[in-house]
Amino acid sequence: MPDAPMTYQIGASVKRREDLRFLTGKGNYTDDINRPGQLYAYLLRSPMAHAEIVSIDTTAAKAMAGVRAVFTGADMAADGVGGLPCGWQIHSKDGSPMVEPPHPALAVGRVRHVGDTVAVVIADTLAQAKDAAEALEVEYKALSAVATTTEATVDGAPLVWEDAKNNICYDWHIGDKAAVDAAFASAAQVATIDLVNNRLIPNAMEPRAALGDFNPATGEHTLITTSQNPHVIRLLMGAFVLKIPEHKLRVLAPDVGGGFGSKIYHYAEEAICTWAAAKLKRPVKWTAERTESFMTDAHGRDHVTHAELAMDAEGRFLALRVSTLANMGAYLSTFAPAVPTYLYATLLAGVYKTPAIYAEVKAVFTNTTPVDAYRGAGRPEATFLLERLVDEAARVSGIDRAEIRRRNFIPADAYPYQTPVALQYDSGDYAGCLDAALKAADYDGFAARKAASEAAGKLRGIGLSTYLEACGIAPSAVVGSLGARAGLFEVGKIRVHPTGSVTVFTGTHSHGQGHETTFAQVVADALGVGIDSVEIVHGDTANVPFGMGTYGSRSLAVGGSAIVKACDKIIAKARKIAAHLLEAAESDIEFKDGLFKVAGTDRQKSLPEISLAAYVPHNYPIDELEPGLEETAFYDPKNFTYPGGTHICEVEVDPETGVTKVVKFTAVDDVGRVINPMIVEGQIHGGVAQGIGQALLEQCVYDDSGQLLTGSMMDYCMPRADDLPSFHVENHTTLCTHNPLGVKGCGEVGAIGSPPAVMNAVVDALKGYGVTHMDMPATPEKVWRAIQAGTRS
Amino acid sequence: MYAFTYQKPKTVAEAAAALAADGDAKVVSGGQTLIPTLKQRLAAPSALVDLGSIEGLAGITVAGDTVTIGAMTKHAAVAHSAEVQGAIPALAALAEGIGDPQVRNRGTIGGSIANHDPAADYPAGCLGLGATIVTSKRELSADDFFTGMFSTALEDDELVTAVRFPKPKRAAYAKFPNPASRYAIVGVFVADTASGIRVAVTGAGGGVFRATELEAALTAKGFAAGSLDGVTVSSDGLNSDIHASAEYRAHLITVMAKRAVAAAG
Ligand SMILES: Cc1cc2nc3c(=O)[nH]c(=O)nc-3n(C[C@H](O)[C@H](O)[C@H](O)COP(=O)(O)OP(=O)(O)OC[C@H]3O[C@@H](n4cnc5c(N)ncnc54)[C@H](O)[C@@H]3O)c2cc1C
Repeated sequence: MPDAPMTYQIGASVKRREDLRFLTGKGNYTDDINRPGQLYAYLLRSPMAHAEIVSIDTTAAKAMAGVRAVFTGADMAADGVGGLPCGWQIHSKDGSPMVEPPHPALAVGRVRHVGDTVAVVIADTLAQAKDAAEALEVEYKALSAVATTTEATVDGAPLVWEDAKNNICYDWHIGDKAAVDAAFASAAQVATIDLVNNRLIPNAMEPRAALGDFNPATGEHTLITTSQNPHVIRLLMGAFVLKIPEHKLRVLAPDVGGGFGSKIYHYAEEAICTWAAAKLKRPVKWTAERTESFMTDAHGRDHVTHAELAMDAEGRFLALRVSTLANMGAYLSTFAPAVPTYLYATLLAGVYKTPAIYAEVKAVFTNTTPVDAYRGAGRPEATFLLERLVDEAARVSGIDRAEIRRRNFIPADAYPYQTPVALQYDSGDYAGCLDAALKAADYDGFAARKAASEAAGKLRGIGLSTYLEACGIAPSAVVGSLGARAGLFEVGKIRVHPTGSVTVFTGTHSHGQGHETTFAQVVADALGVGIDSVEIVHGDTANVPFGMGTYGSRSLAVGGSAIVKACDKIIAKARKIAAHLLEAAESDIEFKDGLFKVAGTDRQKSLPEISLAAYVPHNYPIDELEPGLEETAFYDPKNFTYPGGTHICEVEVDPETGVTKVVKFTAVDDVGRVINPMIVEGQIHGGVAQGIGQALLEQCVYDDSGQLLTGSMMDYCMPRADDLPSFHVENHTTLCTHNPLGVKGCGEVGAIGSPPAVMNAVVDALKGYGVTHMDMPATPEKVWRAIQAGTRS
Repeated sequence: MYAFTYQKPKTVAEAAAALAADGDAKVVSGGQTLIPTLKQRLAAPSALVDLGSIEGLAGITVAGDTVTIGAMTKHAAVAHSAEVQGAIPALAALAEGIGDPQVRNRGTIGGSIANHDPAADYPAGCLGLGATIVTSKRELSADDFFTGMFSTALEDDELVTAVRFPKPKRAAYAKFPNPASRYAIVGVFVADTASGIRVAVTGAGGGVFRATELEAALTAKGFAAGSLDGVTVSSDGLNSDIHASAEYRAHLITVMAKRAVAAAG
């Protein structure tokens, strides 16, 4: 097992270096940037969920004050602009490829969801652009729309795309159906569940924005954008949409105010601004208003699932059968097809040694905003299903909820553990996490707390979730064989400057995660320099070598590994230089705490002395070594990483109103080696807040005609501080065995582990009323109705 | 936002004259409701008449059994006023429960009641306490002032200048907030006043209204939560939306009324 050096940086709660600028208004976000001569783009968006665009008359709008251009889909098509590409291809059971409809940046002929792009107006000011947009005359012919997941596949439902029969994009499966059927045939008992994983709207604090520019003198295009992965945007937009070669296209993602997945994807506005800037030879800026964020940022989740778990008489899991409908929305967003397949069904073993698993997933089109990865991406859906089903199994079998989990855990000595659904886990200690969480949550004291709540007229419930997830995506060859159209390595470049300070270039992107601190800790440790001598650079394709960006909790596990590899190369070269300077054999040079020492002597050279020699190579092994001290490493992970843990939630329900309050929340997570405990704790807090939001508060609602009813903060309920208790967070660490730092990932675990813990607690609180399941969110009225129905029966 | 002219009159008369002269002019007080509406291009007034420079429109005075609050008084000022807390603590608590600190430090009582959002809090306080609305032209009882969803008895060129609250024997406000907007899904203001027991409900219907069934029960059986046991409110005509059905709102009215009565002591 690799063991990173445990010195003073790794493991320290270093304060986030980026926070000074964020907290004092000194951040540099896309909308903060203005370029001389800049114009403003405003997008006319479809008010209808599904309609034919009969005609667009731009005459009046074009004649208005300050208007520089009005473009429609026809203009982009005439310029040969391509559609927004999908980055992952799924094949159906029968081997046929998924239905992959076109996705023009501006709609051509038809609009397919409320908020779909119809035309762009570009003017000297935003107000002028808006005025002109009101003067655009668009004639629509309304078509009937399909807005919900379950209605999409019903015979006779309106078709979003003619060639997607019953609106099915793909009908995919994984696992051994025959083995599962056989296990069910001989099962002593079966637990069954039907559930919905509610559709969510991400709502990063910073709305999306894009600023396109073009320099006619150099032919260089620039896009400044709110992206989690600028190189991916450059690749997708350059190669597929605008056909601009990489050396003429620079994409910058400066400070970005949160992403949660929604800023991974290549969006129409990025292509529109870049294209229009070149056409008009003026910078073009677009910034989303919050309403546009609601309508056009890719949404999350939206699954409808039926699942069954076969058990023997002692409650041992024999087989799991799952059937899921997943909503893709109207178009395929960049990574959408992968989410309900390889990021979902491969997780269905969870922490359990269930020997046989079979899952089928139908992805459907609807007249709604595209759905894609959102904090957790597929793993929260898998975890919610599994952990609700395990609670149901406990109920059916009469076995305690902690005990049935323990009975089925993959034991700590079973690694590497091959699941029946493709993944091979490298490490973990699920029973250890459970024990620590039960203790921290005072599980044994619950009965007394419940009695106290009851004395005050309240119901109390407790819920567990023993989850696992796969992150650190991902081995390129593996994902390639599963349909990914990209590699998932990461890059790190270390530049040691002549006087010994260090600049680190990473292909990952920090938009809240604190990489500027964590990565600096890693480098400070590896090179034995002070953290203040280390600067982290990200978010600029002109400065950073090609990297894949930040999502899937991959930044440290993959990006950090690349950085460690690059540090190793720096040390190897520095050792050679030190050997020369110290007139010793390379094999006699020891490196520790930034010093290269001749073993057994006090002769030594520091890293700054060596870097100076490397850049002023007067006394230097110039025949064998190049001058300079700069190294790049690309790291392709060997496997996914597998964080896991136990979340325990306690709720109190007011039976008169149905209001549910989370009164206690305990998280014990195994995220691998912890570099910065404070940042890890912050990531868990944020994730758990989002998970509680999903469980109790958040719900995207469309009406039957496809109008978005939760289009603002007035109706879409984000979690706030007073919705949450203080969290108890602990780490229970096992190391990842296949990356140099032993890290797993902490960005998503909170949002993955927590929703089922909350809902299991809600169901537990309501079990006296005969409640055995409730879909999220557990809104006051839903809970109140369940209590009413229970009392009557 | 569409273009508009901006005026800052020094007196109520000037402001009223500006409104009379231009039927498309609108008053702006705290701007917490109006400015977002303008930003979303949902309203296009020709002129904004800003009441911010008119002297004497903001302020709280307590004389005898009457609390008078000027139209331009901010929610935060009412919430933190020792005089209001002393005379009508329920009103101070109501103000403290409006929106968030930013909203409470900009929004005004005049703007809130003139707007008569069917989920706003102040209308329940006014109706529940049997307040008198003082305008640039006349005095109106709260019962006559609130006429329906987003509508009041105000004429186009008429301004709210103050609200006079009679001090009740006891009163309380219980709010069931919309988890998203934090406006009231149901808010019930109960008051035991010199002229009888009053129960005003906001959030549940097309505008603030008095729950006469609850008033009758409290009057008949006494001002105690137990007097409302088994008393139900009809869901006919109540709001139904993605947050709460009419049936649930009807149920909450009784629950909140009981809690308010209990809190009033
Ligand atoms: C985020 C947010 C949360 C909120 N939450 C709540 C809540 O929980 N409960 C609640 O009750 N309210 C809430 N509000 C509304 C808030 O209380 C506003 O302050 C109030 O609705 C309007 O007051 P204003 O002074 O801002 O009025 P403005 O926005 O300036 O005006 C509102 C309307 O009233 C008219 N008007 C203003 N003053 C007068 C006057 N003196 N005479 C005649 N007409 C006038 C204006 O022409 C306009 O039509 C919230 C607002 C926001 C933005």
